[in-house]
Amino acid sequence: MLTEAARSPVATTAVPMLKVRGLEAWYGESHVLHGIDFDVAQGEVVTLLGRNGAGKTTTLKSIMGVIGKRKGSVVLEGTETIGLPSRAIARLGLGYVPEERGIYASLSVEENLMLPPRVRPGGLSLDEIFTLFPNIKERLKSQGTKLSGGEQQMLAIGRILRTGAHFLLLDEPTEGLAPVIIDQIGATIRKLKQQGYTIILVEQNFRFAATVADRHYVVEQGKVIDMIENDQLDANIDKLHGYLGV
Amino acid sequence: MFELLGVPPQALFGQVLLGLINGSFYAILSLGLAVIFGLLNIINFTHGAQYMMGAFVAWMCLNYLGINYWVALLLAPLVVGATGIAIERLLLKRIAHVDHLYGLLLTFGLALIIQGLFRNEFGSSGLPYQIPAELRGGVNLGFMFLPWYRGWVVVASLVVCLATWFLIEKTRLGAYLRAATENPTLTQAFGINVPLLVTLTYGFGVALAGFAGVLAAPIYSVNPNMGADLIIVVFAVVVIGGMGSILGAIVTGFSLGLVEGLTKVFYPEASATVIFIIMVLVLLVRPAGLFGRAA
Repeated sequence: MLTEAARSPVATTAVPMLKVRGLEAWYGESHVLHGIDFDVAQGEVVTLLGRNGAGKTTTLKSIMGVIGKRKGSVVLEGTETIGLPSRAIARLGLGYVPEERGIYASLSVEENLMLPPRVRPGGLSLDEIFTLFPNIKERLKSQGTKLSGGEQQMLAIGRILRTGAHFLLLDEPTEGLAPVIIDQIGATIRKLKQQGYTIILVEQNFRFAATVADRHYVVEQGKVIDMIENDQLDANIDKLHGYLGV
Repeated sequence: MFELLGVPPQALFGQVLLGLINGSFYAILSLGLAVIFGLLNIINFTHGAQYMMGAFVAWMCLNYLGINYWVALLLAPLVVGATGIAIERLLLKRIAHVDHLYGLLLTFGLALIIQGLFRNEFGSSGLPYQIPAELRGGVNLGFMFLPWYRGWVVVASLVVCLATWFLIEKTRLGAYLRAATENPTLTQAFGINVPLLVTLTYGFGVALAGFAGVLAAPIYSVNPNMGADLIIVVFAVVVIGGMGSILGAIVTGFSLGLVEGLTKVFYPEASATVIFIIMVLVLLVRPAGLFGRAA
């Protein structure tokens, strides 16, 4: 049984910047999301936690509009986006880092970095991006996919910071990376949060999630089944282990 | 009179030049096909008909409107490109989500319809198109006679091919195109209008065919079947070069023209089939083509 709190989670601050209600999505014939509900307030970092195949990545894709069929409601700063093509959603200030990172092999590092068009004023300058991710600067002329996994992840994050997007969707940014790189990405996310970015993070690794997030939504079988405040994480650790099957 | 490998130099260089001219058309046409295939995943069988349309637009410009060759060289690609944009928006867009085979069948059918319409209107005997006055005559290079117009065709197509390569590989617009070719969904999710890019790319690829058609008009007679004859060879060129490779299409186009020309000198019996023999060999050894990346 769903608790009432899980059914309509309440954002911790003011008016939600993103309001997702009854979001359903399909891959071809297969019905993957069965009515996702959650809110994200401005300046928050929230994670979507859950087992493999729970629907976390699909939720991000559905918000971004890069999935075949979706319905329900996704309201971003007052704009209903469920009927919009992804390019229009991006123009509302949403920056997307896909799970596979999406670095283009046919583009150089520099072209990858410069590819996404500016969607809003206030994006990071190249110098600011190079300060965050010094490795990228050394490799500008390389083919995008010649970078290491960690560098590709930094490039994937860096290129959307350039655009002025202020709401970031990060799909498992730590997957497959060395601990020292994970620390660097964690530090980056905390820095972005300080600067007022709003972030949804999909994570398998809730230990990492706990170091950056304000709240955690637990996704299971295409629904949000619980919400845990980050400062309540310790008190709920057994419950969370149950959800994640660890 | 000296001889090279038992062949008089006049004959050898004459065939080399002819080979380069054919190669120029192979290069521009296969380049257009490669650009279209890369982004749309459609094997554009209408390409030959669109090349023919370029020649006819130039002919109609001259005979109906008094518009000269040089203006037609700019105007015809625009007109043919515009018809391409209409085809993409009205027809190809609707089948973009289904198997590539449908695109091939649709464009093949369109080619037959377009060729039929032109044959109905203009007959199939061919219409003459004069070489522009500025490019009549030629120069004796000592070892061979070079007609100005033929030299111009080689230079013009080389310039257009290199400009296209530059546009795609070195500019911001080209980066959008390469990104959309590699991962259209993500590229769209960055706010780039991929459907518009697809339409413009098809229009551009088709405009290249139209440009080749204008270049061809004074050399071959303007004939509704001129594209159908050429396009089969061009498809072989594309297969040899590798589908979707820009530089591959250009290099393979010119080289195979040369190979064909040299075959005419040394073993004329094989000149019509040499490209197809090479195609078979390449398919056996490197199925993705000489410049293609294996999928």
